Amino acid sequence: MSYFFYENIMDHYKNPRNKGKLDSYDSEYGDSNPTCGDNVKIYLKVEGNKIEKISFEGSGCALSMASSSILTEMVKGATLDDALNISEKEIMNELGIKELGPNRIKCVALPVKVLKMAILSFKAKQLQNERKPRL
Amino acid sequence: MNSIEKHVDEIRKDFPILSLKDFVYLDNAATSQKPVQVIEKMNLIYKTLNANVHRGIYKIAEDITEEYEQSRKEISSFINASENEIVFTRNTTDSINLVAYSLLQKLKKGDKVVTTFLEHHSNLLPWRKISEIAGLKLELVKVTPEGLIDEEDYEKKVQDAKVVAFTHVSNVAGTIVEAKQLVKKAKESGALVLIDGAQAAPHLKVDVRELGTDFYAFSGHKMLGPTGIGILYGRKDLLEDLEPPFTGGEMVKEVHKEGQSWNDIPWKFEPGTPNYVGSIGLAEAIKYIKKIGIDEIDHYEKKLAAYLLEAVENIKGLRYVGPKKDRAALVAFETKGIHPHDVAAFLDMKGIAVRSGWHCAQPLQEELGFLNGTTRASLYFYNTFSEIDKLKTALEELVKIT
Repeated sequence: MSYFFYENIMDHYKNPRNKGKLDSYDSEYGDSNPTCGDNVKIYLKVEGNKIEKISFEGSGCALSMASSSILTEMVKGATLDDALNISEKEIMNELGIKELGPNRIKCVALPVKVLKMAILSFKAKQLQNERKPRL
Repeated sequence: MNSIEKHVDEIRKDFPILSLKDFVYLDNAATSQKPVQVIEKMNLIYKTLNANVHRGIYKIAEDITEEYEQSRKEISSFINASENEIVFTRNTTDSINLVAYSLLQKLKKGDKVVTTFLEHHSNLLPWRKISEIAGLKLELVKVTPEGLIDEEDYEKKVQDAKVVAFTHVSNVAGTIVEAKQLVKKAKESGALVLIDGAQAAPHLKVDVRELGTDFYAFSGHKMLGPTGIGILYGRKDLLEDLEPPFTGGEMVKEVHKEGQSWNDIPWKFEPGTPNYVGSIGLAEAIKYIKKIGIDEIDHYEKKLAAYLLEAVENIKGLRYVGPKKDRAALVAFETKGIHPHDVAAFLDMKGIAVRSGWHCAQPLQEELGFLNGTTRASLYFYNTFSEIDKLKTALEELVKIT
């Protein structure tokens, strides 16, 4: 059956959670799927080693938008390292999808990749700050 | 000439894949299906007549060479060219690149190349690439909101152009370009002209002499032939004059410690062992098309095109790309609030195969304000009115549930 009839997907697609730009954030990252034009940007507010707040902006197919939406719910409050380990499979489970063809898996993979890059760029910034000589 | 409309069920029997259950194939602009005649012919060659061409002096090698060169004849007569004006390539993209890189040696810094916003990426990027290499000036002719080439802008831009390249039929807007007139105007300013015929040659009569073009490129796989075989028509005197950009075996007559002499046309543009089985397969495909009649195909597809447009234009929230009339049998559209990939996934569930996304024509869709891409249904002569009805019903259902 087409994912079109998964209630969860259509719910997240039509009523996306955590959509929009955070007022203040520590990291942001955006990317797109060149073949289909899906694009996703993620904003992170970090407290200690945890994701305190997260939001996303973007446009694309129902699958990519629902994945982005549910992903923000899944990692809110999680440690950065736990969030780094999240996989496409977990999102599919959460959305209730058993299988996806190779072309459609990219739609789920995009927000995962963007989240990882947002976390990694936060970590990179942190390292840079630590290395700065304190005057 | 048989009327396709009456015999379409019989025609469809020649295409094994069309008998699959729940398979409405509306992605013909991407590639066409193959009749059993083509499949069997290639099978037979591999089973009974396989040897490398132009080489061996044993019987099979001679027979296959003759068959191979005969296929060139079949294809040349289809577009009213001479045999030695038909260069075998891999596909349309390869043909266009071959012309671009051949002309590179003739063009000088500052020379102007003109193409249009209507193009598939493959009639833009080779020109952009050689422009970067040689410091050429590349300009794109505007399109009207309806997806027609802006004639005024075209006339202005081709005035001092050295090369002009445009598509014969748009793979997204479905526009059938007034190619003959455009060639004439480009010729008045002394430019060389290349036409991308990938979406035209399978569907309507192409006569390269009548068009007056210097180059005409098309693919075998979009016209019942196998993948991996393309055609470049090049005017004889031009092919003779141009240096081959790619070298190696087959394309050379003599090679000495120093120096060599190139083979005659068209072979000097065909380095390496050619895809001779592909060429023979394509010739068989063209025989099939000739049997049905290209004008009959054109006639039937015009009816399908009108029916298709009418089917989609009445669906709520749907906006299509391209002109209202004189269209090829394809339509690309966006559906308000539903991403093209979702439309395609929904149609797939209904057993309808369409394409979604940019269709390798991103500048065109962006220029016309289709910023999320589109869904495209594209037909061939084996498609039917009832298949269009199925598309219409599915789209109506989609719009209702979303």
